[in-house]
Amino acid sequence: MTSRLSAIALNTFREAVRDRVLYNLILFVLLLVASAPLFGQISIGLERLILVNVGLSSISLFGVVIAILVGIGLVSKEIEKKTLYTILPRPVRRWEFIVGKYFGLLLTLLVNAAFMTIGFYIALLVTQHALHKADAGLLVAIYFILLQFMIMVALTLLFSSFSTPIFSAIFAFALFVIGTFGEDLKNFAAMSQGAIKWLTTGIAWVVPNFASLNVISQTAHDQPVSTGLILFNTLYALLYSAAITAGAVLIFDRRNLK
Amino acid sequence: MRAIEIKELTKTYAVGFWKKQRHLALRGLSLSVEAGETFGFLGPNGAGKTTTLKILMGIIFPTAGTASILGKHFLDPDVRLRTGFLPEQPYFYDYLSAPELLDYYASLSGLPAGERRRRIDKVLERVGLGDVGKKQLRKFSKGMLQRVGIAQAIIHDPKVLFLDEPMSGLDPLGRHEVRGLIQGLKDEGKTIFFSTHILSDAEALCDRVAVIHKGELRGVGVVNDLRSSVAGKSEVIWEGAAALPAVSGLTLESHVTGESVRVTVKSDDLDRLLEQVRRQQARLIAVTPLQGTLEDYFMARTTEAEAVRS
Repeated sequence: MTSRLSAIALNTFREAVRDRVLYNLILFVLLLVASAPLFGQISIGLERLILVNVGLSSISLFGVVIAILVGIGLVSKEIEKKTLYTILPRPVRRWEFIVGKYFGLLLTLLVNAAFMTIGFYIALLVTQHALHKADAGLLVAIYFILLQFMIMVALTLLFSSFSTPIFSAIFAFALFVIGTFGEDLKNFAAMSQGAIKWLTTGIAWVVPNFASLNVISQTAHDQPVSTGLILFNTLYALLYSAAITAGAVLIFDRRNLK
Repeated sequence: MRAIEIKELTKTYAVGFWKKQRHLALRGLSLSVEAGETFGFLGPNGAGKTTTLKILMGIIFPTAGTASILGKHFLDPDVRLRTGFLPEQPYFYDYLSAPELLDYYASLSGLPAGERRRRIDKVLERVGLGDVGKKQLRKFSKGMLQRVGIAQAIIHDPKVLFLDEPMSGLDPLGRHEVRGLIQGLKDEGKTIFFSTHILSDAEALCDRVAVIHKGELRGVGVVNDLRSSVAGKSEVIWEGAAALPAVSGLTLESHVTGESVRVTVKSDDLDRLLEQVRRQQARLIAVTPLQGTLEDYFMARTTEAEAVRS
């Protein structure tokens, strides 16, 4: 089982690499490092704050875009191109295929984020001429971004297991946007009444809470993130992505391929 | 021992925008294939051949009925270790090279790394791709891809092979090569179940064939027996074209070249035809019994099905 999962995951990663998805990294790193001196010139005293906000937001956004672009085709492309016709006749269970794909895309995003993080810290070094202890705290924000990726990969995989790439992209992006404003949705629910209150409360609980996974601004201001929040968010991302992946497995398990 | 046993396999597709209409693609298909047999699954396009193979390979699920392969339920993972499948016009991960692709499939089939390396070289050599190196599959010709398809189907040395239209879309040379590969696998004692609508391939390779038409089994048997069952025609040649009008009601086909007449006649009508020819004082040159072909059998079964339906 493990060998089949890792084979599927590594092939998914290899496809992303050979499709040149990761080449955007080089562009990102070059742009960030090259523009680092400019931050100092245009925002005296605020260069670190701006760099952290721009850098970490870029890591998050680039990852989410890659998760959506690659994830929406993870299953549907294999069905459309009939590559699954040579996978399923082997001793591969359908859930192994889905879970293998999940880890393959997650691995792609982890490597992506690792390169971007290195580029980001080089930019910090260039801007500040040294790295400080407070800069290590930024890794918590990056860790939370990785938790976001875990959820986004599961969501795109779920949509890809039953929908076309275009609809999958729309659904996944819509959920990302709604989830980013998850806290606002909860506040709106608290202020509403009647059916609207029930509806918005339900939506706020069901959609992924990306808002609580975004501590970029907090860490940029050197405010510490509590251990409790780190543990809670880790558990939340694990359970949420596991539940969504299980949903993808349930759908795919029953699906007649064309 | 039976390698494949299909029992009452039925598949209904929901069609139309609202999926309210039903299309019956397979109607209670039952057949069995003995171990070591090369079995041809014949039928025109849309007959239900690929649907049957997709069900047996776990790509789609049957509406009713079941099947067993090597004595186990067809969806049992153990069965998958001992079966290989070549889809019709296969498409592979074109960013991979042939050795990478085979390594991927071999690992999915549970082969350890050392065994994989050994088998990849051997199988690529066998299908005539020993020199492709690290070239990506996107640069392969159709014939080369078909050979990769056969390589991936046999990389784990399966006992039973399912091939969906293995010669489809290939040029004569490609067909000849693929036919040779299948013959080689047959000689090794593999059970081969292959669908085709190219009857000459089935005639050359198969021990037994089944004819399927509109989802229903129309006939099954040993190739020679099936050919004999549609034999019963003779070719008669004589000189003296004047005799032709007297026998025109008895002949199936006729060709006249000068004074020479060549006709095809049902064997049952042969005596009456010869009597008429003698009566017209024509000179009899030859009477030759004609061998039935698989195509005759195929056409007889499919047209019979059409007639029953109408």
